[in-house]
Amino acid sequence: MGTIDDANRVAVQRILDSQPVLAGVAPAGEVIPGMRRNLILHAGPPITWERMSGPLRGAVIGALLFEGLAADERQAVALVERGEVDFAPCHHHQAVGPMAGVTTASMPVYIVENRPFGTRAFSTLNEGYGKVLRYGAYSEDVLSRLRWLRDVAGPLLGRALERAGGLDMKALMARQLTMGDEGHNRNVAGSALFARLLAPHLARSGPVDDVAAVMTYLAENDLAVLNPVMAACKATLDAAHGIPRSTVVTCMARNGTDFGIRVSGLGDAWFVAPAEVPVGLFFPGYTQEDANPDIGDSTITETAGIGGFAMAAAPAIVKFVGGTPAMAVQATLEMYEITVAENPTFAIPQLDFRGTPTGIDIRKVVRTGILPRVNTGIAHRRPGVGQIGAGLVRPPMACFTQAVEAFAAGVE
Amino acid sequence: MVVRSVIKPSAYADSVALMLVQREVRALPGVQEAGAVMGTEANKELLKDAGLLTPEVEAAGPNDLILVVRADSEQAAAAALERAQALLARPREAAAGGDYRPRTVASAARMLEGANLALVSVPGRFAAGVAREALDAGLHVMLFSDNVPLDAEISLKQAAAARDLLLMGPDCGTAILGGAALGFANRVRRGAVGIVGAAGTGIQQVASLVHLGGAGISHALGTGGRDLHRGVGGLTARAALAALAADPRTEVIVLVSKPPDPQVASTLLGLARQVPKPTVAAFLGAAVTGEGRVRGAATLEEAARVAVQLATGREPRWPHWEALPAQEAARLAPSQKFIRGLYSGGTLCYEALLLLERYVGPVWSNTPLDPDRALESGTRSREHTVVDMGADEFTVGRLHPMLDPTLRIQRILREADDPEVAVLLLDVVLGYGAHPDPARELAPAIRQARERARAAGRWLPVVVSVCGTEEDPQDYHTQVATLVDAGAIVQATNAQAARLAGLIAEAAGSRGRERPPVQVPPPAEVGPLPDAPRIRSLLDGPVHVVNVGLEMFARSLADQGVPVVDVDWQPPAGGDRRLMDILDKLNA
Repeated sequence: MGTIDDANRVAVQRILDSQPVLAGVAPAGEVIPGMRRNLILHAGPPITWERMSGPLRGAVIGALLFEGLAADERQAVALVERGEVDFAPCHHHQAVGPMAGVTTASMPVYIVENRPFGTRAFSTLNEGYGKVLRYGAYSEDVLSRLRWLRDVAGPLLGRALERAGGLDMKALMARQLTMGDEGHNRNVAGSALFARLLAPHLARSGPVDDVAAVMTYLAENDLAVLNPVMAACKATLDAAHGIPRSTVVTCMARNGTDFGIRVSGLGDAWFVAPAEVPVGLFFPGYTQEDANPDIGDSTITETAGIGGFAMAAAPAIVKFVGGTPAMAVQATLEMYEITVAENPTFAIPQLDFRGTPTGIDIRKVVRTGILPRVNTGIAHRRPGVGQIGAGLVRPPMACFTQAVEAFAAGVE
Repeated sequence: MVVRSVIKPSAYADSVALMLVQREVRALPGVQEAGAVMGTEANKELLKDAGLLTPEVEAAGPNDLILVVRADSEQAAAAALERAQALLARPREAAAGGDYRPRTVASAARMLEGANLALVSVPGRFAAGVAREALDAGLHVMLFSDNVPLDAEISLKQAAAARDLLLMGPDCGTAILGGAALGFANRVRRGAVGIVGAAGTGIQQVASLVHLGGAGISHALGTGGRDLHRGVGGLTARAALAALAADPRTEVIVLVSKPPDPQVASTLLGLARQVPKPTVAAFLGAAVTGEGRVRGAATLEEAARVAVQLATGREPRWPHWEALPAQEAARLAPSQKFIRGLYSGGTLCYEALLLLERYVGPVWSNTPLDPDRALESGTRSREHTVVDMGADEFTVGRLHPMLDPTLRIQRILREADDPEVAVLLLDVVLGYGAHPDPARELAPAIRQARERARAAGRWLPVVVSVCGTEEDPQDYHTQVATLVDAGAIVQATNAQAARLAGLIAEAAGSRGRERPPVQVPPPAEVGPLPDAPRIRSLLDGPVHVVNVGLEMFARSLADQGVPVVDVDWQPPAGGDRRLMDILDKLNA
């Protein structure tokens, strides 16, 4: 039997050797294993309707309206309360979703294939800004946007990706890190690269007005690439999951109530504790009081060694927490203390092209007391209000101490 | 009057930092007394004695940081607590490597190019873990911390030996590596004399005297006080001896220790016999039969003298201040009979106990030569008494007397009022890590002590040895002049000071006895000196240090131009013992 360190080396090598490729777009019901009409996937660890926070409840209602399972909010809530709707974490179905992360059968999803390891991951299309389902909004304009994504953008992007023969997400992420993105809160460069790479193929994939609309969608949405990036991280980390004796974290996710992590050598168990409220800067008119506890699967980026872990690459976003570029560098340096490897593909120019800190080791987190740094958007606690700011958050230490305890119990 | 406290759960600050906060807060207007300590039982006891107990303080645990003040008013208390927190929050600056302060030894070692040594001074219960991290990172270790369990010491030393790494300590107060002074150490000329010492102030005394005698130090390697006990078997001393034997700069080797375990001593001398360089063995209180290139020395002074002779071919000429014991004794009042020695250096205290016995017979102490001379309490003298004020009973929750002279000053004045006291005997240790100006602190107390005795119709000689060099940050000559000016009789070595005090007391009627020296068996037949290329390359230098614990050590290294990174250390797992045990198991 090898040591924990040996197992961690195996797990991390799989992360480093991963080759996530964005292969296409298809309706969730057709590609996500176990997907069905009355199943709602959500971000974070498992949660019941009773314990869901405002934004997640709002997104659930919106999804039921969108799927035509309910005609209005009252019906939607009644449906849920009668137990006719099933809930499951995206992570239980190879998927990831930002913020509420709500994914249903007819929504189009990106398909990312990590070809060396045969893992696949899925994520919805990013809706853009303002009132959006992922922040719990479900007004008519939200739903019509979702329909356009389903009917126009999804199929068009899917055809373009097919023409392109897939898109190398690892190369795109590596490039965006050299262009001032960290891949979670800041995806300006990545989204521009995404649009640029797809443009020639999009142009040949549909009627000119639709193409123009999709190009506009990509041009106006700095977060367009976030969802495929998340799926790429998920497909990468799934390859590192299930290595016996490995203490590397393969998933961090929040459902707006709880924060949960999973560990490579600890099977499907979640280690869960109440989610913290992010601290950051708020849009005019909102304050810390309005903030919902941490929500979303987008922490998959940090788990994969980008996002908050690549803060040094994105000095522009430190303004969210009133910081300085030097603090951005320190943030990344701190994450090397709790990780087991550096990813040479994701080289940070500001750190003399040192690779990003990769592979969170639960032992190092508990020993040093240093929690992973997460960059995040902040949702209003009431459904439908949307994003009210952005900032920083850390997972609760209890997730990691529980995991360490479970690991020790298993070793005995 | 109000007593108010703030508890910072699971916070950690080093003891020097806390002491400075405490001092500054105590000086604030309206503040009567202040405490800034970790919530150990011993510290809470001290707070209770100081009238600083609150329910929160009582409930605090050993990983909780306590800030507490007794003040004239609520406002003064609140202001003081606020100030204390601001002082603690003041960012420590990284000595090298930019703004980022690494949190672990491994990350510090990566940041500091060429890092080859970790200087560890975290609280004892965490020290072994940090030392192990350093060994895992491929670093040699100077383990300043004490209170490390014996089995941990042995396993650390075995791990170090397996990797050809030098592990100095635990409880290694002093080392000099190629001119870099680590921990409590004097600034000395580089030269041909190498020291292996199981005793901190013993190394300081020999190194300073070698310097003052015109020679210099190649390296001084500490082993920790228990290294030459049977359990440890001299693991570090053997590695250090082998390294100095192979070191081209070292021409003469001095071994310094309290009497070692006979078997260990015999092994060590067996190794020394194979060293193609002269070796001086100063096992205080033990007789080493000279043989071949190995010579014995009875005192630290003698060890330094022989080393200087061997290195330079000349007799050392140390500063000399004439003092006539008979003349001093003639001025004593009839009631004055006893010596009171108040030491900051443990080895110096031990040497004084040995030497004084020849003049005045058995001496009481908190660290006595024989158990039947143990003081009931280190705080109360009887007859002839020499106390080590650096012992645990005086330093729990306080700084070492080499850093904080407060307790010693109080004691000097108390002894001066005792009509039976004939002579006070003190040491003053200079160098890095020591108080920046100990003579200025002690001089008024010495002056006052003598004046109070004179007012009571007595003459009180105060004999002081100063251990240091003119290159030390405190400047030897200024220190001596300040003490002389205060009326002290200064001597260049601790042995001379102890002899002088002994002669004064003898002239006042005491009678000594000869203590038969501990017999060290003849050198054992041992295998060849171990080859230690990695330790040799540490000596080839330059040393690059990862500092973990007391920030002042990082500062003093930076002042010396030694590359150093100071780790922003916190107790592992927030100090949670159960989690630490689990983590240790998972790392095995």
